[in-house]
Amino acid sequence: MHEFRVQVGPAAFRIGSQWKRPLDQLAEFYRDYPVPEIPDYSVRLESVSLLRRFIRPSVAINGDYMLPDAAPLPLAQGLLAAEMAMNLQMALGWRRHLLLHASAVEKDGRALIMTGQSGSGKSTLAAMLGHRGWRFMGDEFVLVDLDSGDAVPFPRLISLKNEAIGAMMATALDGRFGPLMPETPKGDIRHMVPPADAIAAMSRPARPALLLFPSFGFDAAFREVGPSEVFMRLTQASTNYVALGEKGFSTLTRFVQTVPARAIDYRDGIEAEALVNQLWAECV
Amino acid sequence: MTHDAMLLVDALRDPAGTARLDPAGWTALLTIARVEQLLGTLARKLSGLPVPDAVAHILDEARVNAEYQRRSALWEADCARRALADYPGKVVLMKGTAYVAAGLKAGEGRHIGDLDIMVAQADLPQVEAALLNAGWEWVKEDAYDDAYYRDHMHELPPLIHKERDRMIDVHHTILPLTARPRPDAAAMLSDANALANGLYVLSPTDMLIHSAAHLFADGELDGGLRNLWDLHCLMSEYGDDAFWSALTNRAAHHQLLAPVERAVRLAHQLYGTEIPSGWRRWHRQDKHYIRRLTARDHWGRGTHKFTRLIFYIRSHWLRMPPLMLTRHLWTKWRKG
Amino acid sequence: MTASQGIKYKAEPADQILVTPLDSLTLVYQRRSGITHIVAEPAPEILAAMGTDAMTADEVAQRLAAQFDFDGTQAADIIAARLNELADLGLVERCHA
Repeated sequence: MHEFRVQVGPAAFRIGSQWKRPLDQLAEFYRDYPVPEIPDYSVRLESVSLLRRFIRPSVAINGDYMLPDAAPLPLAQGLLAAEMAMNLQMALGWRRHLLLHASAVEKDGRALIMTGQSGSGKSTLAAMLGHRGWRFMGDEFVLVDLDSGDAVPFPRLISLKNEAIGAMMATALDGRFGPLMPETPKGDIRHMVPPADAIAAMSRPARPALLLFPSFGFDAAFREVGPSEVFMRLTQASTNYVALGEKGFSTLTRFVQTVPARAIDYRDGIEAEALVNQLWAECV
Repeated sequence: MTHDAMLLVDALRDPAGTARLDPAGWTALLTIARVEQLLGTLARKLSGLPVPDAVAHILDEARVNAEYQRRSALWEADCARRALADYPGKVVLMKGTAYVAAGLKAGEGRHIGDLDIMVAQADLPQVEAALLNAGWEWVKEDAYDDAYYRDHMHELPPLIHKERDRMIDVHHTILPLTARPRPDAAAMLSDANALANGLYVLSPTDMLIHSAAHLFADGELDGGLRNLWDLHCLMSEYGDDAFWSALTNRAAHHQLLAPVERAVRLAHQLYGTEIPSGWRRWHRQDKHYIRRLTARDHWGRGTHKFTRLIFYIRSHWLRMPPLMLTRHLWTKWRKG
Repeated sequence: MTASQGIKYKAEPADQILVTPLDSLTLVYQRRSGITHIVAEPAPEILAAMGTDAMTADEVAQRLAAQFDFDGTQAADIIAARLNELADLGLVERCHA
């Protein structure tokens, strides 16, 4: 078993693989990240069977936390398998912070947090803003500190999907991109290394200042979202809220009582950026 | 074959000995403890001892998780209590929920899954109706599985609560009806002890016998280290002279003396449980069980594939007579 | 008086719940279960009014009527329905004699 270790924000991973190539890719893209001694999670990329290790190799995802029905991926998508496995450990195992399925960027020590269904564009928006004057904090999970209420970064590789791939390659001319993985279960996927400032500052939290629920594909508009609706939506967006018990409750209630929230509609990145800047100026 | 799970056994047995672990040793220990569902238990045993910062974070999370499972298990038991408030018979909590509800050491930090309760077989329809009325529903609507459960198993088909999404297993005895031993479920019920809230737990000897039966007859020895840890805790807490002499008679009465004796020996071997000298007769097959129980590598993977397969076949054999097993598997295969 | 109106209820003790009003809705976190309930009025008011007493729906209605200045006899049915919902959630318990 080949082994690779990486620290992303507060979380440390050990990834084992029967094939060397996915780990070489990880090592290349995560080369500026710290290497932990004792990992929080172990993840394994293993062949479905001995035969399938060599013939039409197929990667089964195993680890400390697993989903029984997680379908294997072709070896060419090994990098995606590793990223999915790392996400799964966080989603099912993390208890050090309130975990929100959200993206975030930072400016002046304050965090803009975006959450919504897959396809809402939260990941692409964070990636884009990260190249336009904001510090990128993460495109998948935002970790809310249980004592301070601060947002803690989790800047793993950015996962770009479908149209977002071309858009980001045009925006981030100096960006480092992974191999294009066409026709994955999630569509076309290409990973992108977060900007250098995001990696350098990955242990620096920021105070949540604005929460957005983006919806892609509608005329530009925004509306205020009340605290009880925010609360309900964020409990849906959190995989560990219930497990954290009273700490989760006090952390989330403080969040919804102190962070203004807006739902925004947008048709393209330019519209979204204009709305973000307008709301940031009004609310923060 | 690697037996890295001995790292976990050693750490539970001698927590202070973990001071000798290097980062690779800690990594293997924590990974294996997670797979064996003993990380919460390990966190309890290591409380107050100096550990590396990275380890302290992981153990803190394990404590949060254990508390969550304890809270959920007790609440689920309380929901069942309220749903069965009009049922006059005894409702006996079993396994993990029983240990935490009775405040036993075996419950400290323990992973707890579904709620397991036992009631009198004759009362199953009444209990089933009360649970359905209180929001539980069948997990799967499948006539074959349903009939299989009702004809051959020691429990109702599993029910899940439609709002809380938690499962309950309603047992009327501790082994499948197809298993050869026929424990005396009525005696278990009549000797069960009341808790302050009106629910019951098995008597100390029956609790231990159930845990031992569960270890060998109701699984593939998967999770065996945790199961043996339960047994270790029960023996440490209950094991006075009166307990040991009662245990022999009681286990024999339930036709479960052999598995109980083996479980006691294995716990003694692995965890150093104090047992009376009369129970220390070593059996030549015990070492295979020890090898099977500790067969993991530092990634937490089960090694010893061959032994695992033998144990799998054996465990099904124990539960079902051969012809019935074939019929069962055939039905499963045909349905894909 | 029907049989169901004669049932007494007991509320989860006040130190076992955390009540946080947000807007038109109120969060009730229950320590024992770890469950967060999102409830509308008059559920929080019912819980507050009951205190540690075992009460019938009529008695709860009378107590609320005195506090909030409305006709308790007309509200008794509504209170009884809310009490049943709260009992299903486990925030109040039906007392068995």
